[in-house]
Amino acid sequence: MKRARTWLPGLLLVSPSILLIGVFVYGMIGWNLRLALSDQHRPIQDADFVGLVNFIELWDEARWPGAVRNAVIFTVVFVGGALFMGWLLGLLLDKGIKGEATLRTIYLAPMAVSFIATGVVWRWLMNPAPADRATGLNALFVELNLDFLVNNWWTNPEFGMAAMALPAIWQLSGYIMALFLAGFRGVSEDLREAARVDGCSEWRVYLYIVMPQLRPVTLSVVIILGHMSLKVFDLIIAIAGQQIIADVPAVYMWQMVFEVRDPAVGATIASYMLIAVAAFVVPYLIWSIRKERSEGR
Amino acid sequence: MRENSPARRARWKPASAAALASLLAAATGCGGGAGGNEVEVFSWWTGGGEAAGLDALIEEFESKHDISFVNAAVAGGSGTNAQAVLEGRLQSQDPPDSFQGHAGAELRDYIEAGYLEPLDDFYAEQGLNEAFPDELIEQASYEGSVYSVPLNIHRSNVLWYNPQVLEDAGLDPEAPPETVGDFVDALEQVAEETDAIPLSVGAQWTVDHLLENVLLGELGADAYNELWEPGADWNTPEVSEALQRFDSIMEHTQEESGSEDWQEPAQRVVDGEAAFNIMGDWAAGFFDELEMTAGEDYDWAPAPGTGGTYMWLSDSFTLPVGAPNEEAALSWLELVGSQEGQDIFNPLKGSIPARTDVDAGAYADNEYLTWALGEWEQSDLAGSFWHGVTVDNRWKNEIDTAVGLYLQEDDLDELQEQLDAAAQSE
Repeated sequence: MKRARTWLPGLLLVSPSILLIGVFVYGMIGWNLRLALSDQHRPIQDADFVGLVNFIELWDEARWPGAVRNAVIFTVVFVGGALFMGWLLGLLLDKGIKGEATLRTIYLAPMAVSFIATGVVWRWLMNPAPADRATGLNALFVELNLDFLVNNWWTNPEFGMAAMALPAIWQLSGYIMALFLAGFRGVSEDLREAARVDGCSEWRVYLYIVMPQLRPVTLSVVIILGHMSLKVFDLIIAIAGQQIIADVPAVYMWQMVFEVRDPAVGATIASYMLIAVAAFVVPYLIWSIRKERSEGR
Repeated sequence: MRENSPARRARWKPASAAALASLLAAATGCGGGAGGNEVEVFSWWTGGGEAAGLDALIEEFESKHDISFVNAAVAGGSGTNAQAVLEGRLQSQDPPDSFQGHAGAELRDYIEAGYLEPLDDFYAEQGLNEAFPDELIEQASYEGSVYSVPLNIHRSNVLWYNPQVLEDAGLDPEAPPETVGDFVDALEQVAEETDAIPLSVGAQWTVDHLLENVLLGELGADAYNELWEPGADWNTPEVSEALQRFDSIMEHTQEESGSEDWQEPAQRVVDGEAAFNIMGDWAAGFFDELEMTAGEDYDWAPAPGTGGTYMWLSDSFTLPVGAPNEEAALSWLELVGSQEGQDIFNPLKGSIPARTDVDAGAYADNEYLTWALGEWEQSDLAGSFWHGVTVDNRWKNEIDTAVGLYLQEDDLDELQEQLDAAAQSE
């Protein structure tokens, strides 16, 4: 009884959220998986368990390989670009620029904009019209006599998705900067001083003292960006709409569920997206749990 | 409880869905109440001429009946958002009293799922079988029954052009190309003689729209209509040739088309940036909004090769199974199908009535609608695939994917193969 008094109030306090998450997150994931393993290709139809058939057959669908390819290109450019830009901005601010607080706010501001609004603006900026009809950024290039930079942006059949990542980089760089800035500031000034006293040049201080301590921040950043990127939907819809050239798994899933009305295939795509995100998140969780244990917490 | 018989599962599923739906309805405070004498009509008409037309119909309805009208319109995506909302309501057995849908195969999913009541008796009672063209009823039917009442007719196969640009290119603005072959020649001439875009298109779906026009123009109405029989053979030399033409036409479109919807390409014609555009007749309403003058800023003709055929699409209203107030729903459908209702709605929406016995005077001050009305009475009919007359959503989506991949990879044989595969899988 005495023991119960210590754990019971705590359990009561968290039990609503355990229950809600249990039903609305894990329960729904389970339901989705059940659909993905069934042959329910029409909303109203008795479904049978068919195992992994949907997961295998999806690779024969004309759209799927391209959608996966697009998602990979987008993820590589977006995660790499936002990571680098965020790190660079963080580094510059860490050096103590005048008006740092103002700059920080300016860089962070795009975070407050929704992907849909970002998409509408960048749809115009990245207008793919050639030089003689150019608008948006292409018009700027023409104006500056930089005609060789005029390009077809996201409508390029090969690497258009790399251009699609630009608005996302623009939007998230400020946030990543804030994370890195906190990381930079978390490195004790004493350590830096000690290195300087030992005759270490400033850039070596960053390379050998500061950077290694940013590894946990970098990892969190990659996970945050990676899971956003694999699920991207609204930005694509705002810029390209439903077109094969900018197809990604989330758009494909939406069309299968709400237009074609094929629950099983929609659920299969959703499962693949979940697996892809899990591939990012689970190793991180394992790593951080191990680390906490080894540090004796 | 170990028992897990199908019957149990079947009972459990709607119950949980209904519980979820009522929870959501409570949360948003908009559950379609069964109480009171009202009729809830679901559509995606929320703006422009179509909303004005719907409002005028509502006013007429309420002045005639002692039934209050609940306008459950969902905005956005030319119907796709509304259809997603509707799907949820139908699955949770909470249908509106009537909902909007494109007449034809697009309703097939709903019919097969048992969501819609057949309206054959209603047609007989209201004399609609005589009022609508036979071909329209035939093409909109499913297994011999009709399931919706068409309110309006739009035309898909219209060639819009800029007379001045045609003149600059040395073409006769009074005699636009009448066959697909002539059309390709005309596009080449525009490309050589002027700086204008020969044919403006927009995002992927407008290319689907172009494809249906080229198929109809090249194959003719009968062969075109046969393409939409499930299992139809698309692997014929005739289809190959039509796709070759389609490919030649696509060479004369602007490269930035992917970033435009249908309005920008249409506007390019009246702005003199493009010579031709093939788009449905909602473009006429758009040109009116831009305050352009027919015959000066733009002109039109049947899409090349499609003279004498009306490629139609139609917004229609249905009677769902389990409509909370069926009697009121039928009163609504009566107005929708009546000469009076159609003449109130259509001049505002910028479309023509589906009935052939209407008052032509109501459309007299609109040059395009007057022309379209004349054509409707004397043309053969063909259904638009992109706008849901001839194919269901699955088939339509497969064609859209094939066209999208063609746009990306420019592989014409692959396109034909996938179009054929889509027809075979039906």
